[in-house]
Amino acid sequence: MSESTASSPDELKEGAAGFTQDWSSDKQTFHAPWGKAMMWFFLLSDTFIFSCFLIAYMKVRITTTVPWPNPSEVFALEAFGYPVPLLLIAIMTFILITSSGTMAMAVNYGYRKNRKVVVWLMTITALLGLSFLGMQAFEWSKLISEGIRPWGNPFGASQFGSCFFMITGFHGLHVTGGVIYLLVIIMRVRRGDYDRSGNYEQVEIVGLYWHFVDLVWVFIFAFFYLW
Amino acid sequence: MSDGEGQQHPIAIYLWIWVLLFVLSAFSYMVDIAGFQGMLRWSLILLFMFLKAGIIIAVFMHMQWERLSLATAILGPPIVLLVFIGLMAVEGTYTEDLREYFFSPPEVKFSTPHH
Repeated sequence: MSESTASSPDELKEGAAGFTQDWSSDKQTFHAPWGKAMMWFFLLSDTFIFSCFLIAYMKVRITTTVPWPNPSEVFALEAFGYPVPLLLIAIMTFILITSSGTMAMAVNYGYRKNRKVVVWLMTITALLGLSFLGMQAFEWSKLISEGIRPWGNPFGASQFGSCFFMITGFHGLHVTGGVIYLLVIIMRVRRGDYDRSGNYEQVEIVGLYWHFVDLVWVFIFAFFYLW
Repeated sequence: MSDGEGQQHPIAIYLWIWVLLFVLSAFSYMVDIAGFQGMLRWSLILLFMFLKAGIIIAVFMHMQWERLSLATAILGPPIVLLVFIGLMAVEGTYTEDLREYFFSPPEVKFSTPHH
């Protein structure tokens, strides 16, 4: 196309033209769609953000001389007249795993160009995400009513509240963003955008993001609720 | 994908992984119900966590079918986090020791044989 305008392909240009030339030369490392590669790099950076939160949590939990509140008791729920430890958290975990499963199948049906099934599976995924958020709102209001604050709580080390609200809040923000992202892609699938372009890779990219949200929850579940 | 076909695998794979994630989550929940403590508890939590994280990345996120160049670019950098975790753990215990010393009541801190 533009080869006729270039004087010589080997000649190195200076300044902005040289910058463009260096980055546009015909070299490619990742043989994947750029959208997918970029989503992976975003998720890599997000991994570091969540790791910083979890490491900060580890640090304050090690350094505090006051006993850490027992998550097994703090997050227990009354069911059938007995306190069941981590009941709500367990349900939230299963909901998120299930939503990951439906998302994975949506990606699969996308590459089979089965538009109807993709819309259905992605809608289920978004609804499960919303129910997760509802349970998180319930959990937050329950803990707040019990007197847990970012600066203190009646159960033990005062850093418990700040770690809890920061980590689960940032994860909840990701779920919220993920639901909105899902809804946008669902709308485009319904509209037939990807049937016209013949390429459903956008569904796989939103899937990567959604699985990542599930992945982060695996670590939060292990380190914050079980440890 | 360069071949324009994308990731195509039998649905059964995802259903099996789904079941596996359920079972592993149930196991990690059982660790709490059973009331295991100490090293047993921590190693079981870590074991189930890494298994779950691994199969989510490998199968749901299709990493095992990606080219090695992408997989290493994504999975390599987080290894430095282990150094970060190690440093903060060492520094954290040091801070805790200092606090144990300075926050403790004077009779503990300055107890001497002739008292």
